Amino acid sequence: METKNKAVLDSRVPKGSLEDKWENHKFSMNLVNPNNKRKFDVIVVGTGLAGASAAASLGELGYKVKAFTFHDSPRRAHSIAAQGGINAAKNYKNDGDSVYRLFYDTIKGGDYRSREANVHRLAEVSTNIIDQATAQGVPFAREYGGLLDNRSFGGAQVSRTFYARGQTGQQLLLGAYSAMMRQVAAGSVELHTRAELLDVVTKDGQACGIVTRDLLSGEVIPHSAHAVVLATGGYGNVYFLSTNAMMSNVTAAWRAHRRGAFFANPCYTQIHPTCIPASDDFQSKLTLMSESLRNDGRIWVPEAFDDSRPAHEIPENERDYYLENRYPAFGNLVPRDVASRNAKNVVDQGHGVGPLKNGVYLDFSAAVERDGQDAISAKYGNLFDMYESITGENPYEVPMRIYPAIHYTMGGVWVDYNLMTTIPGLYAIGEANFSDHGANRLGASALMQGLADGYFVLPYTIGDGLADQLGNPAVSTDDPVFTNAVSAIEDETAKWLSINGTRSVDYFHRELGRLVWDHIGMSRNKEGLEKAVSEIRALKEEFYSDVRVLGSADTLNLSLEKAGRVSDFFELAELMAHDALEREESCGGHFREEHQTPEGEAQRDDDNFAHVAAWEWNGKDSLQTRHVEKLDFENVTLTQRSYK
Amino acid sequence: MSEIITVNLKIWRQEGPEKSGYFENYTQKITTEASFLEMIDLLNEDLNNQGLEPISIESDCREGICGTCGVMINGQAHGPRKATTTCQLHMREFSDGDEIVIEPFRAISFPVIRDLVVDRSPFDQIIESGGYISVNTGAASDANLIPVPKEAADQAFDAAACIGCGACVAACPNSAAQLFTSAKLAHMASLPQGQPERWKRTEMMVGTMEEFFGSCTNHGECHEACPKEINLDFIAFMNRDYMKAKVKNRALSGQR
Ligand SMILES: Cc1cc2nc3c(=O)[nH]c(=O)nc-3n(C[C@H](O)[C@H](O)[C@H](O)COP(=O)(O)OP(=O)(O)OC[C@H]3O[C@@H](n4cnc5c(N)ncnc54)[C@H](O)[C@@H]3O)c2cc1C
Ligand code: SF4
Ligand code: FES
Repeated sequence: METKNKAVLDSRVPKGSLEDKWENHKFSMNLVNPNNKRKFDVIVVGTGLAGASAAASLGELGYKVKAFTFHDSPRRAHSIAAQGGINAAKNYKNDGDSVYRLFYDTIKGGDYRSREANVHRLAEVSTNIIDQATAQGVPFAREYGGLLDNRSFGGAQVSRTFYARGQTGQQLLLGAYSAMMRQVAAGSVELHTRAELLDVVTKDGQACGIVTRDLLSGEVIPHSAHAVVLATGGYGNVYFLSTNAMMSNVTAAWRAHRRGAFFANPCYTQIHPTCIPASDDFQSKLTLMSESLRNDGRIWVPEAFDDSRPAHEIPENERDYYLENRYPAFGNLVPRDVASRNAKNVVDQGHGVGPLKNGVYLDFSAAVERDGQDAISAKYGNLFDMYESITGENPYEVPMRIYPAIHYTMGGVWVDYNLMTTIPGLYAIGEANFSDHGANRLGASALMQGLADGYFVLPYTIGDGLADQLGNPAVSTDDPVFTNAVSAIEDETAKWLSINGTRSVDYFHRELGRLVWDHIGMSRNKEGLEKAVSEIRALKEEFYSDVRVLGSADTLNLSLEKAGRVSDFFELAELMAHDALEREESCGGHFREEHQTPEGEAQRDDDNFAHVAAWEWNGKDSLQTRHVEKLDFENVTLTQRSYK
Repeated sequence: MSEIITVNLKIWRQEGPEKSGYFENYTQKITTEASFLEMIDLLNEDLNNQGLEPISIESDCREGICGTCGVMINGQAHGPRKATTTCQLHMREFSDGDEIVIEPFRAISFPVIRDLVVDRSPFDQIIESGGYISVNTGAASDANLIPVPKEAADQAFDAAACIGCGACVAACPNSAAQLFTSAKLAHMASLPQGQPERWKRTEMMVGTMEEFFGSCTNHGECHEACPKEINLDFIAFMNRDYMKAKVKNRALSGQR
């Protein structure tokens, strides 16, 4: 495949020292004066943490915002499910945390594959997020003195994670949602629910609007604006089984990609080490047990192969606490990729536990003995209940069983320092972009990034692009760029209904997911990836000729909605395989079996791969072009990660 | 341990908001390890394979937190298990040969969209009318400047745990939304940050609630159905605040 290093990928990182870049940039950006803001229409697609916080903040500034979600209410966005917490460099615990340390941990945790300037800015604004959320009434956990409590999370040696029991995402989203609803009441945000983005519209290379389908009436509707923001979440459901909500998908990002937005690092996907193992063949999704459990739970497997004794009958000296043994400094708190791969190794070697031998133990007996059941239940009660309601087992009595599952996608739409994509006027925020986590995201950093983007970065940077457009009316929706896009979507919907094959959309999604998990999952190799490309293509052909979507286009039709989403997953899956093939190194969540140290740890190749790979769409039947954005490290020294 | 059971399903089908609905019978074989929604997934797969339109039913997180799912199962909102959403219900709650009647959440203000899917948007309108603390982005002071007693923070959290599923309304003989509304009000009124707008918020949200929903006659069915076990005391709390808000001109309270 052709690799290009065109000047198109200008990251627009400001000059100056790392600490000053954001301040300088805020000062030097073009501003839109308060009275002019109402002359600009801004579309925000997605109302999860990133989208709701952006829509609220833009509305407060005076922009005319239109917000879209395919959910029936903004409060349903996948962000609601985040459990563990949100990081911020507050140093309330006086344990040596600082903006620089959060920056450093994030760069290192990401295996040196993210942009220094973006990550530093993220760490800088992290503290404002906690202030903002607290002022909104987010009920973070508190100590008896009434001040905020913290806990530690994987990949960090300080306690910087703020949390609201095991429902941090829910509480933060309700905060952002209520801030946005306040703007809806004020008339500055117009909310469109059950509206799915199916195309991004550009004119003369500039984003000028979107096309949505009303999921109740089926009507395909054009919307124009001066700028479009995608906050549509990650693509973990390409694996079918993941911890993501059932409706999460890549469609908005992918349709933007097909219109010219480069897609960066699609092979960087994160496996979460602590999920409940699958129990049968028609499992519909996997459930995460928050990683915070690793603070008090000890991970082990029986030393003997294929040991079928119940956990309590296995004596201490016949247990392998493999993380504590291999990584004495971090123990059970090693980063997610390290924890996941180690779990896979011990299970593959035959030490797995549970009826299907597909898990490892996460054991709380020592913690219960040390702190008492009440203390443990105050911290994790709802997670323990959830585990019991799913598995029928009580984790106070028998150890939990866990296994890694797909959880988060670091890859996404390429954006510059202003969070703008390669299409001028089109922005991407939250999990939908590729920006801050490099090849691996640290726990409790996604909520931080989504809210940083939405509250504190985009509302500034969007003005920089809009200032030039002052006086230009938004493109009319009668313009052929819109009418053509609308009829193309109408044709696409009609096409799904006319195939009338023999198998359901879910069948194809499940099969695709299996291929992606087997070959582009926790560890990858050349042969498997090449096989993935050809098998994905073959299955895609079958999908286009044999899928059966019933019903009509002018009512609520859930299979019809899914058909479009699954077809985008097919195209994405193929790109993931190409991206993983081209990246001849192991880094973070991308583990190439050909590139490992003698001890089986990931082996980076900084000379050849300290870069972002951003892919350009070249049409349906052509291979995509791989562009490269070199990553310059001026402040940290690249070292092989070690958590020993 | 897991076993295979056969259940007889009676499911509400309705093509659209204006169409009249009817019950359709199905039988489904399923392992007791499966979740209730996985059982419906399998049924839908079979229907699709036979060329019959699948049943419309919504879900998203399947972890009991997003509030998207929710149907009446044998007359109970979210089914038989206490403190459990429809998506968290497992087939181990049922036995071989059971009849399971599945209907949409029924309430005048939640019209049926299709089959088991209803429109719960009035909830968003209640929030829009005042369910927020007015603080613009960037205007907040350091989070630790205002200590909040742990008990208050915990109470706020208990109330804020509501997932907006609508089971309380569906379970109420009057289709009242008191539990939902009072949960949001109590969340904010428990915190110092929520005080400045407390009285206005109460008046506005209660007013909007009454526009859409029936009135509360203290049956307590809402609490029984609520998957998050939101406390009935919050309703009393809301009523008290509403009285106070109405009686006094609370806009001037800061000066007294
Ligand atoms: C189970 C779980 C637990 C997690 N726990 C944590 C944690 O403890 N800490 C942490 O930091 N992170 C956590 N994460 C990750 C984090 O929750 C997500 O990365 C983050 O919430 C994503 O937010 P978002 O706003 O980018 O997207 P989302 O919340 O996914 O929102 C996407 C929005 O886009 C809309 N949308 C999507 N496509 C379209 C379309 N085509 N048209 C219209 N609307 C569309 C959706 O309706 C939705 O409103 C967790 C993730 C999972 C799966
Ligand atoms: S109060 Fe309970 S039943 Fe009502 S919407 Fe909230 S969570 Fe659902
Ligand atoms: S699907 Fe989210 S609560 Fe049931």
